[in-house]
Amino acid sequence: MIPPQFEYYAPSSVDEAVALLRRFDGEAKVLAGGHSLIPLMKLRLAEPKALVDINRIPNLAYLREEDGYLWIGATTRTGDLLDSALLRKSYPILTDAAQEIADPLVRNLGTVGGNVCHGDPGNDLPACMLALGAVLSVAGPAGPREIAAAEFYRDTFVTALEPTEILTEVRIPKARSHQGNAYQKIEKRVGDFAIAGAAANLVVDAAGRVETAGIALTGVGPTVVHATAAAAALVGEVPSETHLANAARLAETATDPSGDLRGPVAYKRAMAGVLARRALERALARAKGGS
Amino acid sequence: MSAPVPGVKGGIGQPILRKEDARFVRGKGSYIDDFKFPGMLYLDIARSPYAHAKITSIRTDRALKVPGVLAVITGKDLEAAGLAWMPTLMSDKQMVLPTDTVMYQAQEVVAVVADSRYAAADGAAAVEVDYEPLPVVTDPFKAIEPGAPVIRTDRKEPSNHIWHWETGDRAATDRAFATAPVSVAQDLYIPRIHVSSMETCGCIAQMDPVSGRFTLWMTTQAPHAIRTVFALVTGLPEQNIRVISPDIGGGFGGKVPVYPGYVLASVASIKTGRPVKWIEDRSENLQADSFARDYHIHAEVAAERDGTVTALRVKTLADHGYTDAAANPSKFPAGLFHIITGSYPFAKAFVEVDAAYTNKPPGGIAYRCSFRVTEAVYTIERMMDILAHRLRVDPAELRLKNFIPPEAFPYRSALGWTYDSGNYGAALAKAMEIIDYAGLRREQAEKRRKGELMGIGISSFTEIVGAGPSATFDILGIKMFDSAEVRIHPTGKVLARFGTKSQGQGHETTYAQILAEELGIPADDIRVEEGDTDTAPYGLGTYASRSTPTAGAAAAVAARKIREKGRRIAAHLLEVSPDDVEWKDFAFRVKGVPTKSKTMQEVAFAAYTNHPAGVEAGLEAVDYYDPPNMTYPFGSYICVVDIDTETGQVKVRRFVAVDDCGTIINPMIVDGQIHGGLTMGFAPALLEEIQYDENGNVHGGSFMDYLVPTAVETPNWETAKTVTPSPHHPLGAKGVGESATVGAPPAIVNAVVDALQPYGVEHIDIPIHPWKVWQILHTKRGPAP
Repeated sequence: MIPPQFEYYAPSSVDEAVALLRRFDGEAKVLAGGHSLIPLMKLRLAEPKALVDINRIPNLAYLREEDGYLWIGATTRTGDLLDSALLRKSYPILTDAAQEIADPLVRNLGTVGGNVCHGDPGNDLPACMLALGAVLSVAGPAGPREIAAAEFYRDTFVTALEPTEILTEVRIPKARSHQGNAYQKIEKRVGDFAIAGAAANLVVDAAGRVETAGIALTGVGPTVVHATAAAAALVGEVPSETHLANAARLAETATDPSGDLRGPVAYKRAMAGVLARRALERALARAKGGS
Repeated sequence: MSAPVPGVKGGIGQPILRKEDARFVRGKGSYIDDFKFPGMLYLDIARSPYAHAKITSIRTDRALKVPGVLAVITGKDLEAAGLAWMPTLMSDKQMVLPTDTVMYQAQEVVAVVADSRYAAADGAAAVEVDYEPLPVVTDPFKAIEPGAPVIRTDRKEPSNHIWHWETGDRAATDRAFATAPVSVAQDLYIPRIHVSSMETCGCIAQMDPVSGRFTLWMTTQAPHAIRTVFALVTGLPEQNIRVISPDIGGGFGGKVPVYPGYVLASVASIKTGRPVKWIEDRSENLQADSFARDYHIHAEVAAERDGTVTALRVKTLADHGYTDAAANPSKFPAGLFHIITGSYPFAKAFVEVDAAYTNKPPGGIAYRCSFRVTEAVYTIERMMDILAHRLRVDPAELRLKNFIPPEAFPYRSALGWTYDSGNYGAALAKAMEIIDYAGLRREQAEKRRKGELMGIGISSFTEIVGAGPSATFDILGIKMFDSAEVRIHPTGKVLARFGTKSQGQGHETTYAQILAEELGIPADDIRVEEGDTDTAPYGLGTYASRSTPTAGAAAAVAARKIREKGRRIAAHLLEVSPDDVEWKDFAFRVKGVPTKSKTMQEVAFAAYTNHPAGVEAGLEAVDYYDPPNMTYPFGSYICVVDIDTETGQVKVRRFVAVDDCGTIINPMIVDGQIHGGLTMGFAPALLEEIQYDENGNVHGGSFMDYLVPTAVETPNWETAKTVTPSPHHPLGAKGVGESATVGAPPAIVNAVVDALQPYGVEHIDIPIHPWKVWQILHTKRGPAP
């Protein structure tokens, strides 16, 4: 559990960080919370030549609602999501998810940016980002660019982020009235990766008709699963139990889990459906003003 | 009315705070990795990626070029010194390093010694080994089939079958089954688990090239036995070997064996003349240290139609990995598995165990249990539930009907054990009352009508601890006594040393309380030391809940020897004949004139300043206690679970544990032991397991996959006691460290199976993962609507 030698840099600006990543041409890794990277290095599964520690870059940790969006800085700790009264009130899916991320020790260091861009299908926040329609801002040698969360996840540990780029912030459309969302997850033990997880976001009109829906699933495929057909099936409906069950079944169909110690394929698939339904029920209740 | 008896501060039965916690809660314990010596070197180990492979070449030149690396050790180097293999405690042999073949994944292959921990790790990563994979055998049933690839080609027998052991009356048991009106049978698998103590294993070896003294600071539960084994294996004179076991962060049986790392650090120190530290990392600990369990059990119970049990027949295949490196008493290769008749008076019983080699790490050690007692208790307590369900009687009723009655003790079991004392019905009745068993059954019936799944599980276990009587118990020939050496200083303060070694059990407090009670000296004035073979009296160490039954008894007997001498000194001070002095109410008193008395402190001062003619100066005693019998703690546990019918998740709603460990020395420590033990019983029932795929790759080799429970999922334990003293222990105490680990798993499994009764389920192998329950809910026909 001793990593090989590496160089360590602590830049004080994003530009400086990007310059370092460029200098190492893909052989440097960004260090934020370190809760995925450091174990990989200790196991010598990751052997970066250099670490670029972005924790000392000012103004990368924030959480604010303005200009029609919720903005979350990349080095915002996942524990900060849990503590936020704004999120609890208007974006409870993020409170739900933060609650499910490992334990307080991990949440106090692990960052939103790291969770979102690591590309591990077991991470909890990617599903929330997909359900909420988030957009990710990145900085790189060619300057800043934006990537929709829906375009971001390519394969296990493979994302649209280039090795010389840094995720700087995520922005999420500002919560509307009659919006509700929720995250549901089951795990064998707290801190273990999910058996399955489900994120659901619903915006309904005054009559209770679904205007916008987002559904995504954790831990049941090579990447986070964006259940677009399930979401589409709800749009325009005043969801009944049957509608929700149908959407959950469609979400289940979108999964491609692999069997492991957390369960065989059929079980994980079924759990994706159960959790999608539970997340939708909760989201709908919240959209109607419940908790 | 008699006057109240004056107590002694910190005597038996008082829940005093643990003396050792003053340093532990401040982070001031001294564990192996806290020690740093001038010139100390560090050892790391390159390990095998294959479960079975021929080593075709080892190249160490790149490793030796890593800055800071001073030496490498290979199997060939050890072979030249006759140290490539070492004996196991079960008279098998184990590789320190392989010379030509690796036999499990993560096996030690090359050791690297460097001047820093980091250089050692880089050196180990730079070792280059070429392997030629060999056929892998991971299934013990396939391993003993004819034609299976033979793993241990060093042995004469061309087979993976290690040994066969049996006990009981086979013919009479078979006859009983042939005529039994009712019988039930079940296959049960208890998978491989790992103790995963908070501190991994490690040592610092220091050979002083000038004096020839060899000192080994080591995470061992049995320092004295280790010293003797080292002397026998290395040929070093035993007076020149000192084994020091400092504070230990949990042992649970995993720190009884000798691991290759200890030997490698020792060889490295001899080779370099410098102290060498070896500390395992967590993955090494989980992947290569001795595992527990791995028993494939086929059990059968015969009974009368009314549920009276008559006969028990058990056939087991034990998976020992590539060597039998278990830590059982020599005469019992399957440990005390034959306690399997449990709390019930089976007239006939027969048990047989076969052991097999597989391409897995060695072991078959405990997991906080006394020599395979967990396997035995799990089997009998599961079988009693299966019988109850088959007969459609309440499992509590079936147990109460069958228990060995209190008046039958001492009770001799069909498999040869003499249970010292017990009152099984009282413990179960108490648990049923606390949990409101009748109310729970009513609630369950109500829930079943609504399609909800709730289960109630009982385990009424009998333990066997305190090894052990010298006639039957030895390890490598060394009898399993234990010892206490008690010395009272002139000012009435005490230094006491023991042959055992606490790994968190609280010996510094428990032993002080025993001595306080026996000597009338406050526990605060008594210092307890263990773990240094240069100072402590010889003993076999701490495991299998043996410390209070053996060394605790030795403390009482040594104190009574001191009292006997003290009586003569007191008589001298009181100017009466020794025959007129008695020890009563914590003082030496003149018979009939109890106010005329001397305290132990006064007598101690006189022992050094004014001892009578004909009496030696000083006040001390040693006792090597050879227990006349084992002790048999018992208890009844009741568990209530709720099952999520959609996800298969099992939630333990309540768990009541009624324990009887005889006389209780410190109720708080006993409760702490039970809480810890219950959690370590809960863990394998629902979470922990080390699996291997067909290529021998380990799954569960890090805390990412080996799921030790956290405070979040651990249930709220409700504990209570009954007290049935041991008739043969000087204090009536029985030992308690492992009762709960042994008793808890069947209570949980019985509860889950009980919940799934509407689905016709009789058994689920542990750990009960949610997916296993889900599969039952989705494949078995559910209750009629």
